[in-house]
Amino acid sequence: MADSRHAAALAELLPDLPTPETPLQELWRIFYKDRLAVIGLVVLIFLLIAALAGKVLTEWTVTFDPATVRLPDKFKPPLSSASVDLIPPADRPLFGTYLLGTDELGRDVFARMLQGSFVSLSIGFIAVGISVLIGIVLGGLAGFYGTVKLGFMTVDTLIMRFTDVMLCFPTFFLILTVVALLPPSIYNIMIVIGLTSWEGTARFVRAEFLTLREQDFVVAAQALGLPERRIIFRHMVPNAIAPVLMSATIGVASAILTESALSFLGFGVQPPYATWGNILADGKDFIFDAPWLFFIPGVAILVVVLAFNLVGEGLREAFNPKLRRR
Amino acid sequence: MWAFILRNILQRLLLLVFVSILAHSVAHLAPGQPSEVDPSNPRMKPEDIARIRAAFHLDEPLHLQYVYWMRDLATGELKSFKDSQPVLPKIWQRFLNSLPLFICETLIIWSLSFPIGIYAAVRRGSAYDRTSTFVAYTLISIPGFFLSYLVILWVVSTFNVPVIGMKTFGMEDAQPVFRWMDRLWHLVIPSLMSAVAGIAILSRYVRSQMLEVIGQDYVRTARAKGLPEDAVIYHHALRNALLPFVTMFGFLLPGLIGGSVIFEQIFAWPGLGRLGYEAILNRDFPVILTLNFIAAVLTLAGTFVSDILYAVVDPRIRLQ
Amino acid sequence: MGPDNRSLLAIKNLSVSFFSDKGEVRAVRDVSLTINAGQTLALVGESGCGKSTVALAIMRLIDAPGRIVGGQIRFKGRDLAALPESELRAIRGKEIGMIFQEPMTSLNPVFPIGEQIGEVLSTHLGLSDRAARAEALRLLEKVGIPSAAQRIDQYPHELSGGMKQRVMIAIALACQPDLLIADEPTTALDVTIQAQILELLQALQEEMRMAILLITHNLGVVAQFAKDVQVMYAGKIVEQADVITLFKNPLHPYTRALLKALPRPGHRAERLASIPGTVPSPLQYPKGCAFAPRCPDERAGYRENQPPLHEVEPGHAVACWLYLQGLSNED
Repeated sequence: MADSRHAAALAELLPDLPTPETPLQELWRIFYKDRLAVIGLVVLIFLLIAALAGKVLTEWTVTFDPATVRLPDKFKPPLSSASVDLIPPADRPLFGTYLLGTDELGRDVFARMLQGSFVSLSIGFIAVGISVLIGIVLGGLAGFYGTVKLGFMTVDTLIMRFTDVMLCFPTFFLILTVVALLPPSIYNIMIVIGLTSWEGTARFVRAEFLTLREQDFVVAAQALGLPERRIIFRHMVPNAIAPVLMSATIGVASAILTESALSFLGFGVQPPYATWGNILADGKDFIFDAPWLFFIPGVAILVVVLAFNLVGEGLREAFNPKLRRR
Repeated sequence: MWAFILRNILQRLLLLVFVSILAHSVAHLAPGQPSEVDPSNPRMKPEDIARIRAAFHLDEPLHLQYVYWMRDLATGELKSFKDSQPVLPKIWQRFLNSLPLFICETLIIWSLSFPIGIYAAVRRGSAYDRTSTFVAYTLISIPGFFLSYLVILWVVSTFNVPVIGMKTFGMEDAQPVFRWMDRLWHLVIPSLMSAVAGIAILSRYVRSQMLEVIGQDYVRTARAKGLPEDAVIYHHALRNALLPFVTMFGFLLPGLIGGSVIFEQIFAWPGLGRLGYEAILNRDFPVILTLNFIAAVLTLAGTFVSDILYAVVDPRIRLQ
Repeated sequence: MGPDNRSLLAIKNLSVSFFSDKGEVRAVRDVSLTINAGQTLALVGESGCGKSTVALAIMRLIDAPGRIVGGQIRFKGRDLAALPESELRAIRGKEIGMIFQEPMTSLNPVFPIGEQIGEVLSTHLGLSDRAARAEALRLLEKVGIPSAAQRIDQYPHELSGGMKQRVMIAIALACQPDLLIADEPTTALDVTIQAQILELLQALQEEMRMAILLITHNLGVVAQFAKDVQVMYAGKIVEQADVITLFKNPLHPYTRALLKALPRPGHRAERLASIPGTVPSPLQYPKGCAFAPRCPDERAGYRENQPPLHEVEPGHAVACWLYLQGLSNED
């Protein structure tokens, strides 16, 4: 807010100069230049709409029902129509067509994909949310209070050693172990993924805080006697957000892939929840008979994960001043 | 230098202890019984259950169990819950199976990533650069097993050859040459598929490192000296760009266990990853814990090697 | 500023632009200058006026997104701006040497300094490794590096800033070039070291009879070192003269302001004179005289029309409407 007031004031005094852009405008301008990143963003917006629509249309006002079993209509290819005489009207899909076909139980694939989009996306967001939270807290503490001694180690060493311990475990193997040993639940998966992927964020935040702490504006704030909490949250965190945002975007992509890998091994989200991962895992048994059951979720995951990665890279270019000048 | 090494090793040993304790606690805090001890199994009589629990020290307090585990591991006496066979020989056997796959995959990743990444950096913004960037992102984004199945389907239908498993059934009677060729052939697709994501990631990293180095002042000095462009890129720039990769070399070791679970499952490759997966299914704690422990040892050894290598190749650190 | 066919380097109407996503940044606009053999020309101006860009352009070291958009760079009769890369490489390091502003980052950290000097010799003069090393040792001694025999195998981070700059000088002079471009060679160094480096350059120039193009924003260095001076502002040359004339009789209001801004010891304590306003952004250069908005003698029309460089007396040219119309107060 202060930036735009500042910009307005400058514009008044010096009408010949172009109005300087706010950091947000500059960010968007650079991001916009990367065509792929913009396409990725569009895809993600569609995904968001689909996921929300999915939640609404499959659970609240049931226009598409992912759970209805229609055995007479199993293994129907995409865009085929429902067998009117065999299926009661209540169970018929919208407009009498199976947009993406049916699976081995006659369930509407389109409805399942729609429901799955919400679940997959929420797994991604919550898992990343947890990991970012942990990462910011630990990284921030290590960066800001790093030299404070607790017993025989500094805060920084303590936290960094802990990070090293976590890194010692092969991530996927660890997730698999925990998920397999605990009762199967979607929340367990989210929490476990979140608990095992915070190291990167913690590193970034710590690095940013270490550099920021030495910078003049922080020293100035301290000289003014501002309380530490205010310094951290109002002044340092906004500057450290950039790499966190970027790794969060890529983190969601990786969480979705992890979930699909877990489903493939049989430890993913259990029925009746549909996720793209378990639709894909189920579909692998029918590659020859009903290839769409395998390809549709696979391509969907590919497109969405790709979109996240592209957007993440676009953010990296936009945030990184060094690369910007080229 | 020696003080540096010693301190490094000691720190890692300490870390290893913490890691093993953590792993042990996590595994045993999970609800449920180990495989042998299945209350729902009608053939299990209560006395048998009690006997098995006693044999595996399952009724002792947690820290005592930890001591037992460590002791058995060190003496080689550690036995699997599933079939009471010693754990270490099992792991060793599977390790030998995983090793060729791992070596092959690593060779493919490292030999392809560098040329791809360097070329993209030198030709920044060109059609090659943009295409390879897009391809890299796509390969990172494909679920591993999705791509593998597609490739398997394509190879099997086009070439009509087997791809699953380590060797073709019934090949034991064939001559050594054919057996070796069969083995090699079975190695190709799995290692290629395992390598795909690694190539995509590493080549991007190579590219960004090269770009950063090419922008440095000393590269400009090299050009101002009138050196041929090849010398500027491959002598001055590359030597600096390679520094961080030397350290990454150390991180390769832990990959032996972690990444292979999925691919060994797809290709029915009897390796370490598959062993881990089976152990998890069977709640075979000794095997799970030992694998985790070995993974931790590999990670710590790997990072240790990285630190040493970094000190060797970067003169700025060496002389501290 | 002698006639064309005798000059070593003759830059004519050079323009360099950087094409960023914000638009075209015209860093160098229609700059012309001449250096004769053995002469020292200083190019003076504040940060961002384009003087370093001129230096880099001579050897075509401008990186994308910048490029030379016009003009000629005639070196010994050949236009460097149009030369194919392979021929240019034969000139770089051999006939033209360059030293940069930041000695800390201009040397490759992973190679010993002896090797970095030696490779210029082996590339251009075909010396063997042993011969190159021997010559590198001799050069290190010549530039005043103590214990050169030990230093030759050391890495750049083991040397101080001043010593690194001496190594850079050794590299630049290894093949005895006819022209040395020194881009703010002392800016990043301590004041005492500055003096030493300048003295070294002066001694080497006398010994090797080479021309020097000295880029600097420090008028003190100019006074001590240069024979001729060109003053740059906002990408253009605004005044040209030999050093004594420039200091005795500066004509352009910018030059005058620069000289007035120098605090002079011995004078009564008075307010430091500064130039009001700021340098215009390279994206927004005025159509006419770029200094006009800050000029105390500005008249109508100055901002809209470019004043051409005009010789007011022999050897002294200025680009200023005040002199073209004969309206200066000092006339």
